[in-house]
Amino acid sequence: MKPSSFDYAVPRTLDEAVALLNGDPAAKLIAGGQTLGPMLNLRLVQPTLLIDITRIPELTRIEETGDGIVFGACVTHAAFEDGRVPDPAGGALRRVARGIAYRAVRTRGTIGGSLAHADPAADWLSCLAALGAEVIAYDGHGRRTMPVATLMTGVFETAIREGEILEGVRVPRPSKQARFGYYKICRKTGEFAEAIGAVLFDPERGVHRAVAGATEAPPIVIEDAAAFLQEDGDLDAVKARLGEHGLTDPYSLQLHAVALQRAAMEAWL
Amino acid sequence: MTGQGIGASVPRKEDDRYMRGRGQYVGDIRRPGMLEVAFVRSPLAHARLRAIHVPEALTGRVYTMDDLDGVNAIRATSTLPGYKPTDQWPLARGKVRQVGELVAMCVAPTRAEAEDVAAQIELDLEELPAVVDMLAARRSGAPLVHEAFGDNIYLVSSFDGDIESAAARADVKVTREIRTARQCMLPIEGRGVVAEWNARLDQLTVWSSAQMPHIVRTGLSEVLNLRQAQVRVIPPDVGGGFGYKGILLPEEVCLSWLAMRLGRPVRWLEDRREHLTANANCREHHYKITGYATRDGRLLAVEAEAHVDSGAYSSYPFSACLEAGQVTSILPGVYDFEAYRARAYAVATNKPPILPYRGVGRTGVCFAMELLIDALAREIGMEPHEFRRRNLVRPDQMPFENITKKYFDSGDYPEALRRAVEALDVDAWRRRQAQGESDGRRIGVGISMYCEQAAHGTSVYAAWGVPMIPGFEQAALRITPDGGLEIRVGTHSHGQSHETTFAQVAHEVLGIALEKIHLVHGDTALTPYSTGTWGSRAMVMAGGAIAAACTELVPRLLGIGAHLLQQSASAVRLDGDRVVGPEGSVSIADIARVWYLAPQDLPLDADAHGLEVTAGYKLERDTGTFSYAAHAVALAVDTDTGLVEILDYVIVEDGGTLVNPMVVDGQIYGGVAQGVGTALYEEMPFDSHGQPLASTLSDYMIPGPTEVPAVRILHMETPSPLSAFGIKGIGEGGAIAPPAAIANAINDALAPLGVEMTESPVSPHRIFNAIRAARDETAA
Ligand SMILES: Cc1cc2nc3c(=O)[nH]c(=O)nc-3n(C[C@H](O)[C@H](O)[C@H](O)COP(=O)(O)OP(=O)(O)OC[C@H]3O[C@@H](n4cnc5c(N)ncnc54)[C@H](O)[C@@H]3O)c2cc1C
Repeated sequence: MKPSSFDYAVPRTLDEAVALLNGDPAAKLIAGGQTLGPMLNLRLVQPTLLIDITRIPELTRIEETGDGIVFGACVTHAAFEDGRVPDPAGGALRRVARGIAYRAVRTRGTIGGSLAHADPAADWLSCLAALGAEVIAYDGHGRRTMPVATLMTGVFETAIREGEILEGVRVPRPSKQARFGYYKICRKTGEFAEAIGAVLFDPERGVHRAVAGATEAPPIVIEDAAAFLQEDGDLDAVKARLGEHGLTDPYSLQLHAVALQRAAMEAWL
Repeated sequence: MTGQGIGASVPRKEDDRYMRGRGQYVGDIRRPGMLEVAFVRSPLAHARLRAIHVPEALTGRVYTMDDLDGVNAIRATSTLPGYKPTDQWPLARGKVRQVGELVAMCVAPTRAEAEDVAAQIELDLEELPAVVDMLAARRSGAPLVHEAFGDNIYLVSSFDGDIESAAARADVKVTREIRTARQCMLPIEGRGVVAEWNARLDQLTVWSSAQMPHIVRTGLSEVLNLRQAQVRVIPPDVGGGFGYKGILLPEEVCLSWLAMRLGRPVRWLEDRREHLTANANCREHHYKITGYATRDGRLLAVEAEAHVDSGAYSSYPFSACLEAGQVTSILPGVYDFEAYRARAYAVATNKPPILPYRGVGRTGVCFAMELLIDALAREIGMEPHEFRRRNLVRPDQMPFENITKKYFDSGDYPEALRRAVEALDVDAWRRRQAQGESDGRRIGVGISMYCEQAAHGTSVYAAWGVPMIPGFEQAALRITPDGGLEIRVGTHSHGQSHETTFAQVAHEVLGIALEKIHLVHGDTALTPYSTGTWGSRAMVMAGGAIAAACTELVPRLLGIGAHLLQQSASAVRLDGDRVVGPEGSVSIADIARVWYLAPQDLPLDADAHGLEVTAGYKLERDTGTFSYAAHAVALAVDTDTGLVEILDYVIVEDGGTLVNPMVVDGQIYGGVAQGVGTALYEEMPFDSHGQPLASTLSDYMIPGPTEVPAVRILHMETPSPLSAFGIKGIGEGGAIAPPAAIANAINDALAPLGVEMTESPVSPHRIFNAIRAARDETAA
């Protein structure tokens, strides 16, 4: 299992990276390489050029504003875990980061790479969708933003266009009273989730959002979570609601309902 | 006693290099001009091989079976009646019978380039229907894996007993269908081979990640038509084997041939995908088992029909019978009951060959028998450990010949059970179970027991008539001029700490400090012939041989020592590493210096054999040592998710005299990790076409450090009456009992829901399905 041969470029600016990306239709960006590395080795992808974006200063910057924080795409999971970057959601990002894979993966894996790769079981995708975050994409000419909740269009597919780089993600600051719950069901530590439940209750901002992730499809985002998630609530109500979003397999339905319910209970604590 | 001999938990000598990352594995070997190999493997489970299209430009870089002139098929024979051997061609010929079967060998300066070459080869395959399930394989009309067989059966073995009269007296009868999944062995290091032809020596050198190097040498020379002297096999450091590295692989044959053909060194390193999908399969058993018992807890009779999915080929040297062939004889386990009947089928399917994996056969057997024991106990409403206690072989019966004529050499099985029950504190868990958990999870307690036949020898394997029957184990010793000791044995360590434990045995006899004892092992050019490290035999057999050789050196040392002390030989003795007389003493180093460097000081009648010796060792009664253990586990089952958390795990184990208790603990921990994998995680599923569905470690799940419980080990030490120092083999036991103990605990937890799990791994999905089925049944 060795990759087929490719060239390797290390641009120092975002514009240089975009130019390289547009100059070769078979080029691929590489950030932490934690997903791309195995895919290269298995020859699932055979790019002619790898563009390493981890040395571009714009992509590791942090920009704090009153109502949120923008994280560069190449901020690593470990940077969140270690508290090396600020956390707009009162420790929620730090906690979610700590539960991603193993430390070795977190040391290199990036928030942008995770979102761009769009594995349905990725933690950031569900967590950030629940927090109401947006991604910023850059194509060399301009920037556009889109909600994380709708970023993923299919398994391993996103709304990011060819020639665009995911530059960063903007996470809004919930209000002080907001409560966030996150529950991940996986068979062993460090394994991708079989079900993710993420819940944000922020009554002050009128947010009662629930996200069911790891459904083998884009995360299910439900905006009126208070209507069916109650403390110690009934799993059947949750299942019925998830069923409306196309979850049918009984086991999957069960796990997602449990994950959501437990996330909700955590948010209530 | 200097605290370095038998019984001392001395730190491992090999750790100095391992802990510093200085071990040297096949993957670390670089030879000048070395080329790398990648294989084209069959994408189909069963197909006729019509043609292999090699682009013109690649001539000389791709080889198929047609090129391998003069190379024989690998053939594992056996004299067991009715056994059908296979011709396993190193590269496919005529037909492919499993996904991953080798079809063509591609060579290039690097592995990546060799894979580029492999990607350009096109196979013309005519797909045939595949047999994927071992039970379906036995039905008439099933496609044939080997047409010449006439069916899909390698071997049927049976134990025919009369159970009718015992069964008639039974109050209860319980029948279960029990299955263990197909697994992969997953040593951290996969297989790997570097082969090189040496024209000066007229010799092929094969560096192979092997645990039975002498057998590889014998096998290679037969398949390649070479004299054995023309083959040297060197296993460097080996990163785990578990049985997989005892097998002569087609890859080893191919690489050897290629090195001779090209006159250049060549290397192949197995990658994880090859390991998972093509090679290292193991374990898959199916049982239909019935137990008969009385209401007061007496097990009367057991009847079983077992199947082992032995895959597409009969591997060398153990053959496709190794698992199924012993199922019938080991199924009765640690119990004494009066009537027994069993039949076992080794079945051919279009899947990779089933290979021996730590615990060989016993893990499946223990799973079936111990689940049956619990099912019977539940049926009569008795605490399972109490039911066990009433049926275990008792210490006053030892040595005990059981119903299948296995000779249990020694031990106190009920005491092991008693201590395990006490150490886990089953009563306390029962109270907690009755109270219920605040988080809604259900508590369960489970126990399982096994005994492990180890170091069994000629008499046992002669009956199998496989290509390799263990006989005398030999050790060659040399005292060096500085008073050190070199030990040469043909076993090889794939993680068992032989450099330490073998030295401890020598130290016990000769008193030479461990620091001055050096183990040379494995390399076929340097060591006596041996069948190698398998069957938990190395410590007993090589250890025994080393002790025998050391003992032969003693009078020689005394002879020279006495002369140097101006005493008669009868007036001196060996004390530590010194020969001591009535006045004064000389060290072994002094004696060695005289023998090698100052022979003018030797006595005139000095023993000409000097300070080198090769001695052989065999157990007088070679039916094997029987170590045994009771595993007890408490766990919690989350019935909402099917997830299981192990809360406590106790092992009471009797390995006879322990040479190094720390090393024994290490062997047990490692085995338990694998057993937890079997119990809860590991599974290599196939689709109906015979495609393996777990091709990477993201699909094939193994427990990690957080999933392996902190096991508490309590030792009992009943020396074996059969072996030197009373040592028993313990290498495999850790992997035998956990699946049954854990499944029993899960069943204990779920019994109130009417749920009983009988298939490993007991995955969350299986638990969920079973709970749902039980609910639907109650509702209906
Ligand atoms: C063993 C293991 C376990 C894991 N477990 C989990 C887990 O439990 N939860 C979880 O969420 N994740 C898990 N992951 C995935 C991990 O988080 C990865 O790091 C992450 O998904 C990808 O990030 P990366 O920086 O490594 O991206 P890369 O592998 O470098 O790239 C991934 C893809 O994204 C593209 N890309 C990268 N950056 C950008 C960008 N800025 N703009 C546009 N495209 C880009 C690349 O071209 C590539 O196609 C696991 C990974 C491993 C190896």
